[in-house]
Amino acid sequence: MTVRFVVNDDPVELTVPGARRLLDVLREELGLTGTKEGCGEGECGACTVLLDGEVVDACLVPISQVDGHTVQTVEGLAARRPSVDRPAAPDDLNQLQWAFLETGGAQCGICTPGMLMAGQAFLASGAPATDAAIREAIAGNLCRCTGYTKIIEAIALAATRRDQAESLGPTSDHAGRP
Amino acid sequence: MPVGRTAPAPPAPGTVLPDTPTPGPAPGRGPLRREGPAKLTGTALYTDDLVFPGAWHGATIRSTEARARLLAIELDPAFDWSKVVVVTAGDIPGPNIVNSIQDDQPILATDEIRHHAEPIVLVAAPDRALLRQAVGQVIVRTEPLAPVLDPLASDRVFVHYEIETGDLAAGFAEATLVIEGEYRVGHQEQLYIENNAMIAVPRADGGVAVHGSLQCPYYVHNALKRSLLLTDEQAQVVQAETGGGFGGKEEYPSILALHAALLARACGRPVRMIYDRHEDIAATTKRHPAVVRYRSGVAADGRLVAQDIEIVMDAGAYCTLSPVVLSRGTLHAGGPYACPNVRIRSRAVATNTPPNGAFRGFGAPQTEFAAEMQVNRIAEALGESPLDLRRRWLYRPGDTTPTGQVLRESVAAEEVLERAAEAAEFERVRARTAGDRAQRGPDARSAHGIGLALAWHGAGFTGSGEVHLASVASVELTADGRLVILIGSTEMGQGTKTIFPQLVADALGVPMDDVEFAPQDTALVPDSGPTVASRTAMVVGGLVIEACRRLRAVVEERSGGPFADTYRADAGTHGATRIDQHFRPYPGVDFDDTTYRGDAYPAFGWASAVAEVDVDLDTGEVAVRSVVAADDVGRVIHPVLAEGQVEGGTLQAVGYATIEEIKLHDGRYLNDRLATYLIPTALDAPRISTILVEAPFSGAPHGAKGIGELPMDVGAPAVVAAIHDATGVWIHDLPASPERILAAMDTLVRR
Amino acid sequence: MIEPPLVSPPTLADAYRLLAESVYRPIAGGTDVLVQLSGQLGPPPDRLLDLWRLDELRGIELDGDALVLGALTTYSGIRRSAVCRDLLPALVEAAATVGAAQIQNRATLGGNIANASPAGDMLPVLLATDATIVVGSIRGERSIPARSFWTGYRQTALRPDEIVIRIRIPLVADRQVRFRKIGTRRAQAISKVVVGLSWVAPTSGSPWRTVRLGLGSVAERPIRVTATEAFLEGRLPTPDTAAEAAQRVAAEIQPIDDVRSTADYRRAVTARVLHRLIREAGSW
Repeated sequence: MTVRFVVNDDPVELTVPGARRLLDVLREELGLTGTKEGCGEGECGACTVLLDGEVVDACLVPISQVDGHTVQTVEGLAARRPSVDRPAAPDDLNQLQWAFLETGGAQCGICTPGMLMAGQAFLASGAPATDAAIREAIAGNLCRCTGYTKIIEAIALAATRRDQAESLGPTSDHAGRP
Repeated sequence: MPVGRTAPAPPAPGTVLPDTPTPGPAPGRGPLRREGPAKLTGTALYTDDLVFPGAWHGATIRSTEARARLLAIELDPAFDWSKVVVVTAGDIPGPNIVNSIQDDQPILATDEIRHHAEPIVLVAAPDRALLRQAVGQVIVRTEPLAPVLDPLASDRVFVHYEIETGDLAAGFAEATLVIEGEYRVGHQEQLYIENNAMIAVPRADGGVAVHGSLQCPYYVHNALKRSLLLTDEQAQVVQAETGGGFGGKEEYPSILALHAALLARACGRPVRMIYDRHEDIAATTKRHPAVVRYRSGVAADGRLVAQDIEIVMDAGAYCTLSPVVLSRGTLHAGGPYACPNVRIRSRAVATNTPPNGAFRGFGAPQTEFAAEMQVNRIAEALGESPLDLRRRWLYRPGDTTPTGQVLRESVAAEEVLERAAEAAEFERVRARTAGDRAQRGPDARSAHGIGLALAWHGAGFTGSGEVHLASVASVELTADGRLVILIGSTEMGQGTKTIFPQLVADALGVPMDDVEFAPQDTALVPDSGPTVASRTAMVVGGLVIEACRRLRAVVEERSGGPFADTYRADAGTHGATRIDQHFRPYPGVDFDDTTYRGDAYPAFGWASAVAEVDVDLDTGEVAVRSVVAADDVGRVIHPVLAEGQVEGGTLQAVGYATIEEIKLHDGRYLNDRLATYLIPTALDAPRISTILVEAPFSGAPHGAKGIGELPMDVGAPAVVAAIHDATGVWIHDLPASPERILAAMDTLVRR
Repeated sequence: MIEPPLVSPPTLADAYRLLAESVYRPIAGGTDVLVQLSGQLGPPPDRLLDLWRLDELRGIELDGDALVLGALTTYSGIRRSAVCRDLLPALVEAAATVGAAQIQNRATLGGNIANASPAGDMLPVLLATDATIVVGSIRGERSIPARSFWTGYRQTALRPDEIVIRIRIPLVADRQVRFRKIGTRRAQAISKVVVGLSWVAPTSGSPWRTVRLGLGSVAERPIRVTATEAFLEGRLPTPDTAAEAAQRVAAEIQPIDDVRSTADYRRAVTARVLHRLIREAGSW
């Protein structure tokens, strides 16, 4: 079937089997390999992307259900998008990515794209960044390296800066600059 | 070379970027992770992200029986086999052996199948659909044989050790209290989130290059050379970004690389072998299950006077690294406690189950769990605080271990214990939980408990292992004036790519950004030994620092000025200067592999953990609320990365203690998916507080001893002690599941 | 991955017509069906009927004295629903224990019902609340009481051309509903035991009427334990009642050992949880 949707602000039109997993479309048709496969059955969250702003496991979404919707992947987070010619650098990162870098929230990095998307959805929800709320927000994302400690710290830090930026009001041009 | 797919186009010029913070490391927290930005933007390329045009997909046909005679492999004649390739044992040019310690494991089974999921046939096809069809048309004919599944009933011993010191009989004669115990621990899956993955690419010189997720490029290199009859150059191993290892990508990638390479040779194209989670759990190595029996004697004055210990580890069907896993488990079995009369007998036996192998801790978590259970039970029997008992028994400088090693320096058992106990307020909380327990009625819903553990962990390879490894690490000032680190040690999350540039920058007095880290490609970097055993920072780090000192001396002697100011000009004048630093034995460290006497390790790291738990008394469910971990790492190179190691290791230990379990049926793992093999989520993880202790090791120029494995040794016994403190029951078998806790509590009530 | 042919009908009438013509595996949020496309858990479905576009199957509303939930209601939808929170908080509690956010955003109540897992987290609540499953086909609609919907291991009363279209939960005055799930971990866990209990009592001192006890993961399908219900009928939540009910429920169920837990544990925990719920109700 032919599906049209938006990935990281770019419109996409593809003709693929309707039962193809969103994960496979992202990785194999669109070359967006930042989204990782860890289990293929919705247990690990490594393939977490945002579908209309909500976290989903891309391994469990048939592409037929993405038609007409909006997808955000890890590639869409950075303020400046890296490419093969221009590798990622710290000053490309958005607030959440930066907090991960600063606190040590990424180790092996394989859960990181999914974890970032869960964190991003949490930040966007505007929910108070309590320890319990952050843990619940990332409970669908398994990490084997960090014990989650620094991931939680990173999300909390990004939320604090978000709140500070909001309290500074629209005149601030720093957006919670650390 | 692989080509990374590009991300969508960057924003148009002039786009406002409101969300960009100012970069820069937090003061005192160490430099930013070097490959962090790539990992955080999704541009880091893991094996399955690499694109090789024209690559085929490979699959492994595996045994569905634990033990059988392989009678025939038949290809359904109705299928068009011309479009795919099939590889069996007969297609292997060299020996059908996965290079390891013993020559017992075949690359593909021939006459006898020895475990479930053993590889028998390989198939590759241009696309996945055709591959699936082809796999379905291969018929493996077998005749079942009776499997050996109980390690205690196995008469096939891969390796055994015996350590004896003092006079055991005299020790027990002196004892007024003797405590016996049998402790069992099961399989544990490493559960890196990236499954094993390998892509083999034929080389023009008749060799093969493999790109994969792996810890030890030269293990794979040796395996390829031997069985495919390749030269050093023809076999090329390139590490892709690696999504976690924890030992699970130490030896296992050798067989996977061989499989991919055999298929690539057969079809003449790149072949991708990317395991899915089911195959990864079903077929790859796990932590060795063990049965550990203790008999401990305590004298009237409270001294530990005798320990008689027997260890049986289940190696699975093939030897793999079992001799060294068992060795480490044996050497650590006495725990970090002085005892004059000790006997430790151990064996690793064969069963018809998938082979077990390396996993963080490498034999020590199994035996140290048992050792700590024993100490806690003795404290209970003596009516003494488990903290006080450890204070009396723990190793201090000058003490002698069961192998006769005198602990001369870098002994921090007391410091880690005191720091953890103090930070967790162990005695205060323990008094409170004791009070709660005394007042608790029969209908209480939950119970809080606190538990303590102490452990030691030998730094680097066991015995003369480092001498045999003869590692090389290099630093090069290139002709165009760049500084490049050339080591075979791999990054898999622990921070190799960050701490090495940091060490080199310190040693050479140059900015860290001026130091490059060469890719882990056997065509480029020397064999620095495997990235295992918490040895990289200590051993390879030490070599790199020595290499830098030599490079600095050479350049400064030629230039007459400080290295940082003169090295670029020096390169212009003298061309490239490369220093290859070879491992030299640590002075005064001597071990006899045959008698198991001497210095088992150049130094030990020390770890203590205090865990607090809540146990639901209706259901036996355990919530581990907090863990305070104090770990002596010699010298902290990078605080954030070091804490990250402790936090991650602690949660793996908490999982081992509480929920991680593999059940077997006829030699097959039943928990072979992520829906059935469970690891802790963020909601299950405790608050982890890390205390880094520094008792430097003089044999390493920077004093570092390694860190990765320490937290794995203490987490489980601390959690199980806390469960006991809450409930009054001792759980002797891991995991301390609600099923076991409830069963034990019922026993207690009936009693 | 195996990619069976998939059709996405735009309306419910189109879906009914397709189902009348041929055998399809309906797919809603995909959290169960997509897992089957690996082929590792048995043969994957031959043909998929994607229900996701059928907005007729969405929505949560009050209809007289019943709460009516469209089959495509997700767990997140239940958690966000003020109506559910006010009128049936146990349903919200149950929805919060399913998987984690990624699953809750996709998994649907109708899917959980039709998938008929003995461990389905929501199903004991539906049993305890006398829910009715409304199913539809080209032949029309019919209502099936939850207690007769699951007929065996992953078997339902659905005919091949029928799909679940909505769930109707009667709202009963003075009814209390309790939910408890025991899993291996705090998120992303398939249950070892699920308990849904309800009773009607105007005050905490009134005898229990219309007692319903639904259980998951203790049989080949979600079940009601009617002998234990009958014992509890008309009783006060006293210590004696709790002790006797716990013994009775333990005797009434025949759970099994499997990869997740043991029969002994399941039996003991079901009894203990029931005991606990009665104790809490009695405030003793």
